[in-house]
Amino acid sequence: MVKPYQLFVRLAPALAAASVVALTSAAGFAADPAKKGMPQFDPTTMPSQIFWLIVCFAILYVIMSKVVMPTLGGTIEARAAKIQGDLDAAAKARDEAKAALAHYEKSIADARAEAQTANRAAADAASAATNAKLTEVGQRIGGEIAAAETRIAEARQAAMGNVRSMAVEVAQAAYAKLVGGQADAARVDTLVGAALQGGRR
Amino acid sequence: MASPLEQFEIVDLSKPLFMIGKVPITFTNSAAFMFAAVGVASIFLIAAGSRKQLVPGRLQGLAEMLYDMVAGMIRDNVGDAGKKYFPFLFSLFIFILFGNMLGMIPYTFTFTSHIAVTFAMAFAIFIVITLIGIFKHGLHFFSLFFPHGAPLATAPILIPIEVISYLSRPVSLSVRLFANMTVGHVLLKVLAGFVVALGIVGGWVPLLVLVGITALEFLVAFLQAYIFTILCCIYLNDALHLH
Repeated sequence: MVKPYQLFVRLAPALAAASVVALTSAAGFAADPAKKGMPQFDPTTMPSQIFWLIVCFAILYVIMSKVVMPTLGGTIEARAAKIQGDLDAAAKARDEAKAALAHYEKSIADARAEAQTANRAAADAASAATNAKLTEVGQRIGGEIAAAETRIAEARQAAMGNVRSMAVEVAQAAYAKLVGGQADAARVDTLVGAALQGGRR
Repeated sequence: MASPLEQFEIVDLSKPLFMIGKVPITFTNSAAFMFAAVGVASIFLIAAGSRKQLVPGRLQGLAEMLYDMVAGMIRDNVGDAGKKYFPFLFSLFIFILFGNMLGMIPYTFTFTSHIAVTFAMAFAIFIVITLIGIFKHGLHFFSLFFPHGAPLATAPILIPIEVISYLSRPVSLSVRLFANMTVGHVLLKVLAGFVVALGIVGGWVPLLVLVGITALEFLVAFLQAYIFTILCCIYLNDALHLH
């Protein structure tokens, strides 16, 4: 980027050459006898020029500093503020979006963890119920087995009792047939009992 | 064929209005164009400024560009201390710019082509800047005339050089603007004279040159306003911050 001042420095030789050409030509025209040199060096016009310069510059200064510059500066500042505000709003929106995304991800993670917990709890509950049922059924079956065994033992006891009384009767009958007379009932009973004991062995 | 210097004649448009001491003050063509510059600049900048668009159009964009340019000059060359002088420097830039640009319209008068005007501005600025420097730094201000760190033995040579260069600032500032505007307008007039003199046969060559020089003169009109303002910034910076 060439700054205007640098541009001036570059153009200076061309301007100098141009001024030599122009002033030389001007000198030729200025040799006109009616004219008395450059009007710029006529001191009689200078006070008026300087007076109006002061008046005009003062007016311009007041208009610039009181009217033009506050409006232009205000517009430029308002624009800068608007741009900065928009940038801030964009940054805020980005932060909010980030926060929302983080919140969303956290919700998903929470939901997943919750689902896993619920799943595990359900599985645990199901297996606990199964175990409880199994135990209960086992106990019931055990009870029934025990009852059945008891009944079998009672039946066997009853059967054994019948066998003994029948054996005693048979022994008494045999005794009556073989020996004649009535056998001692108590003794027969003892002997039959002993024999049954022995027979069992 | 009128003299190329005729365009610089100061013409009285009124009888002497009043006297300052023994000097009569008249309303002249120079004064008329000063008022014209103030009027055109004010109307343009007020119209452009009143739009207040967020996205500026061409008119508003141009006005804001001028504002930003002077603000940038002060920011880069003077710094924050220069903000107080922004209204003055902006007015100065606008005054010279519109004076130069109005002068580019045929048959107008260029008030910046007069040494009285440019020197009055440059000298007033020189005095004010020097006073600012003295009020801000007291006697220390005069250290401006001796570069910091130079051997003391060089003082007898350096100090006169620095003083002369300092005192020549208003002269160079005013002569630069006056000479550029005068020479440019003389050149245009002389070339235009050649076009007429060489007629329909040979006049095309100086006419082409004239078109080119006219474009260059528009550049110069802007550039001289820019340079005048930026040099004021640099001088102001010297006064505010010394070396």
